[in-house]
Amino acid sequence: MEWGPFLLSLQLAVATTVLLLPLALLAARRLARWDSPVRAVVEAALTLPLVLPPTVLGYYLLVGFGRASPLGRGFEALFGAPLAFSFEGLIAASLIANIPFAVQPIQRAVEALPREITDAAWVSGLTRPAAFWRIELPLIAPGLLTAAVLTFAHTMGEFGVVLMVGGNIPGETRTAAIALYDEAQLPGGAPGTLAAALLMLSFVSILAVQLLARRRR
Amino acid sequence: MSALSVRLEQSAPIPLDAALEVAEGELLALVGPSGSGKTTVLRCIAGLHRPRAGHIRCGDAAWFDSEASIDLPPQERSVGLVFQNYALFPHLTALENVGTALGYLPRAARAPRARALLERVHLAGLEARRPSELSGGQQQRVAVARALAREPKVLLLDEPFSAVDQVTRRKLQRELAELRRGLAIPMILVTHDLEEATMLADRLALLHHGRTLQTGTPEEVLARPKNPLCAALVAARNIFHGRILGHDAERNLTLLDWNGRPLETAPAPHFSAGAEVAWTIPPAEVILHRRVAPSRGIAENPVTGLILDQVRLGSLTSVSIRVEGEEQALIMDVTNHVAWRNGLEPGIEIGVSLLAKAIHLMPAEQSVPGEEHQSLSP
Repeated sequence: MEWGPFLLSLQLAVATTVLLLPLALLAARRLARWDSPVRAVVEAALTLPLVLPPTVLGYYLLVGFGRASPLGRGFEALFGAPLAFSFEGLIAASLIANIPFAVQPIQRAVEALPREITDAAWVSGLTRPAAFWRIELPLIAPGLLTAAVLTFAHTMGEFGVVLMVGGNIPGETRTAAIALYDEAQLPGGAPGTLAAALLMLSFVSILAVQLLARRRR
Repeated sequence: MSALSVRLEQSAPIPLDAALEVAEGELLALVGPSGSGKTTVLRCIAGLHRPRAGHIRCGDAAWFDSEASIDLPPQERSVGLVFQNYALFPHLTALENVGTALGYLPRAARAPRARALLERVHLAGLEARRPSELSGGQQQRVAVARALAREPKVLLLDEPFSAVDQVTRRKLQRELAELRRGLAIPMILVTHDLEEATMLADRLALLHHGRTLQTGTPEEVLARPKNPLCAALVAARNIFHGRILGHDAERNLTLLDWNGRPLETAPAPHFSAGAEVAWTIPPAEVILHRRVAPSRGIAENPVTGLILDQVRLGSLTSVSIRVEGEEQALIMDVTNHVAWRNGLEPGIEIGVSLLAKAIHLMPAEQSVPGEEHQSLSP
């Protein structure tokens, strides 16, 4: 079998995780300490990708990335290539589709951290950055790791959004899950290895999250 | 000039109208019921909460001054704060917890200094333990060591004994009493326990709905509350009302009318004749007239009444007496022995004397509608 789609999925998953985690951390810290009625609305919006059918999300992203939208036109003017049906477009879509997987575990971790811990760090003379790096970050690290694993695993297996936004261009947007679908459709295709690889990866990811959760207790 | 001068005002999120002055080496107990704003006052001093107006001065330095727009962050205030639940860093050892507050020292000097601080709070040998591996009392000591590590100019303790058992509490209280002798900085202890405040503090400030109502030595505040509200806050049990009849300069007395009963009280010449007042007397200063063989000296403010009820509390019996025309019972504390010898029991009539010098007069209560008078646990 061909490992190209699997490697492409791996690239997409790594890029999404690396880009999304810092943004999710910023958002989660804000949300956790935000005392406003608007918070519930924002949280609901950020959770939407979790329950929305991926094709619906993909459809809106496709519209948003396409030549008819300012974003699509702007990207094309800047980089000389369209955003839709490109690897960059896939990353952008993947970032949005993974927001709940990244934000929620981190937000839970930040919320579980008593405010007095940060207060105590400041009163002990630690600057705000020092208090973040030395006190807060180690304490929310399990949440960050959970977010990373979930985002990574979810991106590896994403199908609907990728198909809508990226199509099925070999080497550009033909990810593992889509290649698997193709193989299964073709007479004489060999989807087994790819399916097994994705299964293993997902299982190991979930196992990792659970072991992390256990260590935290 | 006092070493720490605090004036705080705000109306939300909780109202504050507090004024505190603490001298070097002095321990002030900030006492009030839950929700009275004690913790918020400490957070203001530490720079963790910004009040709407006021000032916080430590020595010559202004930490907060709403008029001069000064508001130093906590990092620049040099405050040692022991949090109510200690707020230790759970992922760091005791030594590292203390070391976190030693950032002002060169790196190599931090560990030895942290070790010395832990030794000072009797934790030598437990440096490598994490908070979860320490008992409540040990955690509290780490928190104290961490608070002292900065060599703070002010030490703040937020109910530092509330999370431990009685035996540990006594021990930690003794340790604090020893520790403070070596500290020449202003200290504020927040507590809702009057006994603890009396035991440890040089002065006591009563806080109610964010207002400092009365400040003085514990003995003064307990024996001479400024008004009925203060009396209720220090759990004074006999609070009654009366009217000033006049003053007897010759006998150095003030004369009081208690619902038709004339009483002699300690001199209170600042009340003019005819003024409505509240008055209080400690239950231990209500003296029983011996029923079998009445002795002399029963002339001092004699009052008779029916025993409603009596409760034994340790070595004392607390007797409630119904005095004619009074809704509220008069409480008298006698030793169990005296109660037994005199055959006290509900329903019998007894005579008591209210010791004149123990009667404390207060301006009559200004009724504040809807305000709840929550009394403190003794």
